[in-house]
Amino acid sequence: MNLLLDLFLTFAKIGLFTFGGGYAMIALIENTCVEKKQWITHDEMMTITVIAESTPGPIAINCATYVGYKQKGFAGALAATIGMILPSFCIIFAISRFLDRFLEITWIAHAFQGIKIAVGILILDAAIKMLQKMQKKLMPRAIMLCGFAAMLPINIFSVGISSIILMLTAGLVSLIIFMIKKPAAKGGAAK
Amino acid sequence: MILLELFIGFLKVGCFAFGGAYGAIPLIRDVVLSYGWLDDEMLTYMIAVSESTPGPIMVNLATYVGSSQAGILGSLVATLAVVLPSFITILLVTALLKTALKNPYVQAVLRGLKPCMIGIILATGVSMIIRNGVVIQDSVLLIRPMILTLVLGTIYFGSRKIKKGGVSPILLISLSALAGIAVYGLL
Repeated sequence: MNLLLDLFLTFAKIGLFTFGGGYAMIALIENTCVEKKQWITHDEMMTITVIAESTPGPIAINCATYVGYKQKGFAGALAATIGMILPSFCIIFAISRFLDRFLEITWIAHAFQGIKIAVGILILDAAIKMLQKMQKKLMPRAIMLCGFAAMLPINIFSVGISSIILMLTAGLVSLIIFMIKKPAAKGGAAK
Repeated sequence: MILLELFIGFLKVGCFAFGGAYGAIPLIRDVVLSYGWLDDEMLTYMIAVSESTPGPIMVNLATYVGSSQAGILGSLVATLAVVLPSFITILLVTALLKTALKNPYVQAVLRGLKPCMIGIILATGVSMIIRNGVVIQDSVLLIRPMILTLVLGTIYFGSRKIKKGGVSPILLISLSALAGIAVYGLL
């Protein structure tokens, strides 16, 4: 089979069968791309995971782009990434056409009163899991707390300050601290 | 122009969405509310729908918001915009800048960005639970949202103590739908 088509179809299949996104997808991608198709090695898969952690965007998209590029350059990256997105695009587009009318049905509106609360719980849980994986050091903890303390009133009182500004500030503060500490650490042992 | 706004709005989301599936939610909420595309209620419903359908959550949300604002063209533009930054970043990293991510200055910035993101997600989860669970209407505290929050919270976090892994997100959403029908329909 044409490699581009193969990339497209393989990632379309992954895109169709992974729910929730994120790390749920890694297992399926590993199984397909490393074991079955042997497009990348297990070590490369680990590298992508690390890169995905340090770059923005969904990990599934990152994986598709990487594997596609390795196999067939830019065209491969494009085929794999579009394949990854297309199934959910079609499904969500179809849903978006009738969700409004769907919500007018009384018992469905009731169901969404419950679902609304479940979403809050899921987001809280995602944050707790990230907290557990975070380095147990002073700096990350302090930055995390500042982000939390700044964001909570912004959310509750709907103040128009963007979370992007908070993140940029945190990145900048961390960079400045690093640059101040660096000359001091040069002579002795770093850390 | 709406298409341009969608493109810029979701490009911002795509550029700053560190932290996996839920990392983008606070950003999307920011962008969507500031442009007035959806209200909080509708956005929360859509997060549940995105979690229960295949594909990455942030891509699903972009598709939905785009479609609700400007039909098929809007959904194409928003989806493209949200994916573009990670697509370009991965190409750059794998093709050219293999060592860029190991650069100490880049690392220093990332060390600040990521914990801040975690704080932001935590704040979003907490404020969502407070807003949806503690509802005061005509100076009366509504009892149904409180019951739902306590029951669902206990099921989700309690189930882990009994069985490893506990209740999956999709199962929690299904249970919450049933609980919503029961509490609002029968009580």
